[in-house]
Amino acid sequence: MNNETTGIIYGINGPVIYIKGKTGFRMGEMVYVGKEKLVGEVIRLDEKKTTIQVYEETSGLKPGEEVISTGAAISVTLAPGILDNIFDGIERPLGEIANISGAYINRGVSVDSLDGQKKWSTHITVEEGQHIYGGTIIAEVPETPSIVHKVMVPPNTEGYVLKVVPDGEYTIHDPLIKLQLENGDEIDLTMVQKWPIRVPRPYSKRYPASMPLITGQRILDTLFPIAKGGTAAIPGGFGTGKTMNQHQIAKWSDADIIVYIGCGERGNEMTQVLEDFSKLADPKTGNHLMARTSLIANTSNMPVAAREASIYTGITLAEYYRDMGYHVAIMADSTSRWAEALRELSGRLEEMPAEEGFPAYLASKLSAFYERSGMVQNLNGTEGSVSIIGAVSPQGGDFSEPVTQNTKRFVRCFWGLDKSLAYARHFPAINWLTSYSEYMSDLAPWYSEHVGKNFVDYRNQLISLLNQESSLMEIVKLIGSDVLPDDQKLILEIARVIRLGFLQQNAFHKDDTCVSMDKQLKMMETILYLYDKSKALVTMGMPMSVLRKSDIFERVINIKYDVPNDHPELFDEYHNAIDAFYQNVIDTNA
Amino acid sequence: MAIEYLGLSQINGSLIALEGVQDAAYDEIVEITADNGKEKKLGRIVECYADKAVIQVFEGSENLSLTNTHTKLTGHPMEVALSPDVLGRTFNGIGEPTDGLGPIKAELKRDVNGQPLNPVSREYPRDYIRTGISAIDGLTTLIRGQKLPIFSGNGLPHDQLAAQIVKQASLGDNAGDEKFAIVFAAMGVKYDVAEFFRRTFEESGVSDHVAMYLNLANDPVVERLITPKLALTVAEYLAFEKGMHILVILTDMTSFAEAMREVSSSKGEIPSRKGYPGYLYSELATIYERAGIVKGRSGSVTQIPILTMPNDDITHPIPDLTGYITEGQIVLDRQLHGQNIYPPISVLPSLSRLMKDGIGEGFTRADHQAVANQLFSAYAKVGDARNLASVIGEDELSSTDKKYLEFGKAFESRFVGQGENENRTIIDTLTIGWELLRMLPREELDRIDTKILDQYYDAPSSKN
Repeated sequence: MNNETTGIIYGINGPVIYIKGKTGFRMGEMVYVGKEKLVGEVIRLDEKKTTIQVYEETSGLKPGEEVISTGAAISVTLAPGILDNIFDGIERPLGEIANISGAYINRGVSVDSLDGQKKWSTHITVEEGQHIYGGTIIAEVPETPSIVHKVMVPPNTEGYVLKVVPDGEYTIHDPLIKLQLENGDEIDLTMVQKWPIRVPRPYSKRYPASMPLITGQRILDTLFPIAKGGTAAIPGGFGTGKTMNQHQIAKWSDADIIVYIGCGERGNEMTQVLEDFSKLADPKTGNHLMARTSLIANTSNMPVAAREASIYTGITLAEYYRDMGYHVAIMADSTSRWAEALRELSGRLEEMPAEEGFPAYLASKLSAFYERSGMVQNLNGTEGSVSIIGAVSPQGGDFSEPVTQNTKRFVRCFWGLDKSLAYARHFPAINWLTSYSEYMSDLAPWYSEHVGKNFVDYRNQLISLLNQESSLMEIVKLIGSDVLPDDQKLILEIARVIRLGFLQQNAFHKDDTCVSMDKQLKMMETILYLYDKSKALVTMGMPMSVLRKSDIFERVINIKYDVPNDHPELFDEYHNAIDAFYQNVIDTNA
Repeated sequence: MAIEYLGLSQINGSLIALEGVQDAAYDEIVEITADNGKEKKLGRIVECYADKAVIQVFEGSENLSLTNTHTKLTGHPMEVALSPDVLGRTFNGIGEPTDGLGPIKAELKRDVNGQPLNPVSREYPRDYIRTGISAIDGLTTLIRGQKLPIFSGNGLPHDQLAAQIVKQASLGDNAGDEKFAIVFAAMGVKYDVAEFFRRTFEESGVSDHVAMYLNLANDPVVERLITPKLALTVAEYLAFEKGMHILVILTDMTSFAEAMREVSSSKGEIPSRKGYPGYLYSELATIYERAGIVKGRSGSVTQIPILTMPNDDITHPIPDLTGYITEGQIVLDRQLHGQNIYPPISVLPSLSRLMKDGIGEGFTRADHQAVANQLFSAYAKVGDARNLASVIGEDELSSTDKKYLEFGKAFESRFVGQGENENRTIIDTLTIGWELLRMLPREELDRIDTKILDQYYDAPSSKN
């Protein structure tokens, strides 16, 4: 392995450098650039020159400095220590970098991705003589209080176990198993695997969507659910709450593991995630949320090439945990920044721009990314999933721009954020008319079985009422609401109850921030019961003005605050109150 | 080190090319001398190929010729002299003193490009700054360490607003805070604007706490690319090494972006949106992200960038990309300005992302968030009622809609509108908020908890 290729820098243009002439570098290979050994990747090769993108700031670099090959594609290190940690876009631990270089990130800091000194308590799960293959779980390591890390045989490796170490404390680099390969060679297996970030990790087969990723957010779980292994996009202009929604899902969803990618976003937001998640308790295990979370922070002021890589780094980590049999959810905030990084680099390479200056391969890159999601059977027979929730920051909040449009083609859930809802501080500001989920029909059997037989029916009634409201509002805008007939006024009133009482959800309220499916069902049931009873009254000829005299509508709106999550029996009171309201209207007005 | 090169191979606008150079580094600063040393300029290497360097000349390439120019490599990127003595001084856009008080005795020099702040080392900002302006304190609270731009248009009073924030923030609750200072960077602004700020600082007695970096409209365009970076390097130094609370005013970011477009196109780069270079977002981010608080240090950098939206269009790439980086925005509105309301802050599109963690019990008052949400929500309905009124006439409106119209008028004139020297406390602001909310029927207030309503809505005299 000593025949390392080197080259001499010929030209520098921002994050892109050139080497003149034909070189022995390989496409996609990771290289070290210049005296400071900046990390770079070979992105184009031809007879005349080699083009390299550098993952760090290039100022001070000079032509004539050396470029050294590593022989490997740009890869991540996979082993215990990924969770409860924060990395930059190419898996360098930011905590460790802070220890070395202080508050600011210096260039060319050389740190290992994962702590090689720490001893992990290890339980070996294979025996001598056993035949093992790619994916086989060879050891279990309690990585955090919430998650047991399963050490696996790297894909494409197969053989017989010659020797195993006893259970005990080992570092990630200690050999655990001696393996005899088919060809007779003997190799040591440690906890570490390296995997190139641009290559999807293999699995044996992919399942169709069958169960939802429960997020505790009513508008998502009930109206526009995402399946485990599914894909969703959250597009919205600035200030509409993309990040807030991503935080809520990362906090409360029932995924086992969260990979949160802050791609080209604000530094303070990542700090906030780090602070909050270290304090908040995971609703499933009671441990702090970081114990199931890995953060990738490539903020907007960090080098642009690493921003492009951060998305791939994140999904590779997610696939690795999926291979162990976990359900992983990725928050990518924001994929537009990633697309812009592509555009920026493409501009530096003087490629022919397509729509809005984005490179023509934008669509194929996006589809390749979203297709790495899925609910699968792993090589070792376990089941796991990777769900991708990507924020999109469309230019000027205009959904017709290329990133939103191309993303829409490859995701099955679209949670469109709406500026006017955000202006009115209606959160989550997801527009119920433009959003959709293609998973609803796939997930209907799961909902009937696990939540309630009527769930899908109720949900459809809700959607229908909201749509009726929207068409009525067109009329109201022209002539005012007073002239509408009473049955239509009732629809407006019930739609108001749905909007305020069901769709709006307060992320800062201890009960309302995450709501169980059972409570969601009961809330819908109560609202629809109120509708049925009121409709009966209106049909009898009672005017809406009489119905509105009662405070029942306000009470139902406030269910979200007044009924704590662990007291579902309180819903009976509302049922009785609605009956009383019905009787009362009849008694006093008949 | 100090090899001088004679002659150039090409001059194109502010870019010059030099061949036969040895050891030139990307982003290095070069000194250029023309006409036998009569004229000195600085330049920055923006591209280099083997022995050829493309240099951007800060003061413009006038007077340079292919033969008479001497170029010297300095061996380092653009640096700025740092010392606490910069306060009270005035500099040009590349950090040279212009007030005739002689050079700065530098404690140290530092690369103006800065380095990205490690998210692990940041501290999440939580302390609010009282500006004394209701629309800001009440609805888009400014937090120490935040970057909160003012989106304005030509002819709107953004300068007055920024000046009022500076004056009142430096008095107010933070009075007596010796450690408060202002770094002011002007990029391509008119002389009158720079003069207005200078006078305001003087009148409010803070001018010895201000460092001014001025690149005026007739100063070289290329210098504008350096000015904000320079100012922020000074701000970071004062904040994180001298423990001061620094308010940075950057005006006008639109000129900065225009300068970038100009230079990019003369370099022959491939343009993306509206001719701006593809790296506009990254470049803006390296400026805005330099606000914040560092763990374990006592100071902070708060940024108020001002930008004029071309044609008042908030979807133009400059305000658009800015809004995606900054932690909110304060948007000024021409219509309100036309009604003589000062400050003409359009509250609905305005936002402070850090507000939620810096207000409420222990910071301002427990009902603050609820009042803000309700005001936003009610004011959004005012818009609907106005639209309806313009179709069917005010008389035909329902009584609730009529109340909303009244509320809207009062909100604009009493809550948003205030005097240029009026400094309201947070309690004043919330009291006005409640007075306005009382104009609406209680059942319309759907964003406020019953308990808070009981305490404040029903007890008009309670002022806490």
